[in-house]
Amino acid sequence: MGASANLRNWLDERFGWDELMKFVRHKTVPIHRFSYFYFLGGMTLFLFGIQVCTGILLLMYYRPTPNGAFESVQYIMTRVPFGWLIRSIHSWGANVMILTAIAHMFSVFFLKSYRKPRELTWLSGMVLLFLVLGFGFSGYLLPWNMLSLFATKVGTNMTDQVPLIGHWMLVFLRGGEDVTGATLTRFFGIHVAILPGLATMFIGLHLLLVQRFGMSVPPSVEAETKAHPEKARELRFFPNFFLRELMAWYVVLAALGCLAAFKPWELGKKADLFASAPAGIRPEWYFMFMFQTLRFLPAKVGPFAGDLLGVLLFGVAAAVWTCLPFFDNSKDGRGKRWITGVGVFALAYFVGMTLYAYLV
Amino acid sequence: MRPKNESVRNRGLAGRESAPRALFSLACLVCAVLFLFVPSLSAQTKNSCLDCHSKLDPPLHVDPAGVAQSVHTQKGIVCTTCHGGDSTSDDMDVSMSPKKGFKDAPTRAQIPAFCAKCHANAAYMRDFNPSLRTDQYSQYLTSIHGQRLAKGDSKVAVCADCHGVHDILPPNDPRSSVYPTNVAQTCGKCHANAEYMQPYKIPTDQLALYNGSVHHADLVSGDLSAPTCSTCHGSHGAAPPGVASVVNVCSTCHVFQAQLFDSGPHKDAFNSMGLPGCVTCHSNHGIKHPTDAFIGVEKGAICVKCHDVGEPGYEAASKIHAALVNLDTSIARSREILNRAEQAGVEVGPALLDLNQAQDDLTKARVSIHTVELKSVNENVDAGLKVTETTYKAGQKALAEALYRREGLIISLVISLLVLLGIVLVIRKIESKPQE
Repeated sequence: MGASANLRNWLDERFGWDELMKFVRHKTVPIHRFSYFYFLGGMTLFLFGIQVCTGILLLMYYRPTPNGAFESVQYIMTRVPFGWLIRSIHSWGANVMILTAIAHMFSVFFLKSYRKPRELTWLSGMVLLFLVLGFGFSGYLLPWNMLSLFATKVGTNMTDQVPLIGHWMLVFLRGGEDVTGATLTRFFGIHVAILPGLATMFIGLHLLLVQRFGMSVPPSVEAETKAHPEKARELRFFPNFFLRELMAWYVVLAALGCLAAFKPWELGKKADLFASAPAGIRPEWYFMFMFQTLRFLPAKVGPFAGDLLGVLLFGVAAAVWTCLPFFDNSKDGRGKRWITGVGVFALAYFVGMTLYAYLV
Repeated sequence: MRPKNESVRNRGLAGRESAPRALFSLACLVCAVLFLFVPSLSAQTKNSCLDCHSKLDPPLHVDPAGVAQSVHTQKGIVCTTCHGGDSTSDDMDVSMSPKKGFKDAPTRAQIPAFCAKCHANAAYMRDFNPSLRTDQYSQYLTSIHGQRLAKGDSKVAVCADCHGVHDILPPNDPRSSVYPTNVAQTCGKCHANAEYMQPYKIPTDQLALYNGSVHHADLVSGDLSAPTCSTCHGSHGAAPPGVASVVNVCSTCHVFQAQLFDSGPHKDAFNSMGLPGCVTCHSNHGIKHPTDAFIGVEKGAICVKCHDVGEPGYEAASKIHAALVNLDTSIARSREILNRAEQAGVEVGPALLDLNQAQDDLTKARVSIHTVELKSVNENVDAGLKVTETTYKAGQKALAEALYRREGLIISLVISLLVLLGIVLVIRKIESKPQE
C-alpha cells in the first residue's frame, strides 16, 4: 500500500474522508443560459481570500498610528520587496471584491434566487455585503492621507444625522468628536479584527445555506425544465465547475496584476489634521450614489433637514431591500413584477447616480 | 458656631437687598447710553451742513454717501467736530456763525495742522483707537512734502491728497486710497504726472516701473506684506532714501542678503565709487525677479557693467554663474526622471522630498552670491549637487523598477495564459470521457 493510500485511510478512519469525497463527487451545478452568474459568488470569495492574504502581509509592516501609518505604507511601497504589488493588489482587490459582491447581489435578485426556501441565504448575503462595505470604509482611512482623512470626516459625519443615536454613533466611530489618531486605531481594529471575524462567520453560514439548499434555478428555466424534463442539464461541481471557476479566478488575478503594475494605488499626501479640506473630496465609488443624492437634496425638505432626510431614506431603502424576499411570495414562483421593478430602479439609480457624480 | 447654611441664607438676603441697587445701576446705565446717543442721534437726524453741501456744486459739494461710510462718521466725528458751527440750524447765519465756533475750510497749507489737532493728540486719539500712532504730523514736518509746504509750496501732498477729505476710509479697508494695493496709484496721482512734477525735475516713471516689478507682482497676488511706495520711502515722513541708506531700507526685508553684502568686497568698492548698495545691481522701482542670468558674463548679466575680461571679478562672476546653472540643471534633471518614474507608477515621494533640500541649497547659493565669493556659493552648490546625485540615482532605480514590474507582469501573464490553457485541456479531457 502506497503512502497516499495510507494517508487516505488514516484520514478516512478519523474524518470520514471517503464519505466527504463521495459527497463532493455527487454535488452538481445546474447548467442553463444564466449559469455564468454562478461564478460571481465564487469570485467574491476568491477575492476575499486575496484580501486576507495580502492584508496579513501588509500587517507585518503597517503601523496604525498618526505618526507611523502614512510612513509605514510609504515604506511598504518603496522599500519592502514586492510591497508595492501587495499593497496595490489589496487596494484594487478591495474595489473589485465590492464590485463582484454588488454584481452577485443583483444577479441573485434578478434570477429570483432568494425565493423560498433561500430567504436566509439572501439575508446572510446582505449582511456580508454590508460587512464588505464596512471593510472598504474602514480600510480607506488606514493609509492616513489627506483624501482618506477628509472622506472619513464626511462619511462619519453622516451618522450624526441619524435620530437619537446619531451623535453617539459618530463619537463611537471616531473615538471622539473629530477624526483623529484615535479614529485611525479604532478603524484599524475594526478592519483587521472585528470585520474579518464577523465576515468569516457569515461566509461560513452563507456557504452552509448555499450547500443546504443547492444552486437556485431561475423561474423561467425552472418552467422550461418542468415542461421538458429531458432538457435539464447538470455539471459536476468537482472538478468540472470548479475548474471553470478556477479559470475565472485566474482572469481576476491577472487583471489585478495588470492594475498593480500599470496603475499602482496612489499614496497621496500625508493627512494633516489642521489643514483645510482639499478640493474634490469624494468617497469611494461604491458610496458615490449616496453622496450624490445628499448633494442633490436641498438644505431643508419640509420639516426635515436635507441630510437627515437622505440618511433616513437610505436607511429605510436598505432595510426594505434586505427584506424583499419576504414580500416576494407569489404562488406561481415567478416572483412579483413590482419587485423586479424595484430592482431595475435600484440598479438604474445606483449606476445613474454614480456615473452622474463622476461625469457631470 | 453659625449654622452651615446661615451664610447661604445671609447671602440670599443680601442678594434681595441689592436688587434695588441693581435697578438703580441699570437706570444709570440707560441714562448714560441715552445721554451719549441722543446728541449723535439728533445729529444724524438733523445735519444742515450736509443738507446744503450735498446740493452744492464742486468745490463746495459734499457726497453724503462718502460721508456716511467715512471712518470719522463711523466713530461719531461729525461736520461740526472739525468745522465748528451749528448743524442743527437751517439758518446759514446761525449754522456757520463764528460765534458758534464755525471755522472755514482750511487752506492746503493749513490742512496738516488742521488734521493734527486731533491726530497728534495722543490723549484724544486714545478714546477712538489706542493703538493708532499720533506722530504723523511730526513725521510729515520732516518729509520732503512737509519741508516744501513750510517753504510755501502748496503743490506738495498734504493729508487730504492721499487720504481724501470727507470720505476717508480706514487704511485696512480695501477701498481706501492708502490700502497697500492702492498706495502706488495714490502716490502716482502726482508722481506719475509729468506736467505736475515738471517744476521738481524728478523722474515720473516710478509708477510704471513699479507696476512691472516683482514687488508689485507679489502685492497684487495677495501678499500684502510686499513693498509698495510707503514701505521704502515712509508714508507721512516720505523722503527718497539716500545712497548710504539704501541698504538699510532693503535690509528691513532682505536681511541675509544685506548681511552677506556687508561681509563682501562690494560694500567698500561701492562706497568708494559712491554707488548705492542694492540699487546698483537690482535698480529701485522696477526691480525684476532675479534670475541666474543676472550674474555672470553672458549677455544680460549685470557684472559686466563694471567688470572687464581678465579681471578677477569677471572670472568670479563667470564661475558663480556656472555653479548656479549646474545645480539648477541637476535639480531639473532629477525632477524630470522622478516625475517620469512617478507617472510609471513607482512611489518616489521620499526622493522628491529630498530634492526639496537641493532646491533649498540652490536658494541659499543664490543668496550667498551677495558675498560675490565663489567659495561661499560653491559650499551650497556642492551640498545641493550631492542631493541631486542621490535623487537622480533614485529616479533611475525607480524607472528600472517600473520596467521590472512590466516585465514581471508579462511573464506572469504568459504563465497565467498557459495555466488557463492547461485547465481548458483538463476540462476537455475530463468531459470527453463518458459520465459515471
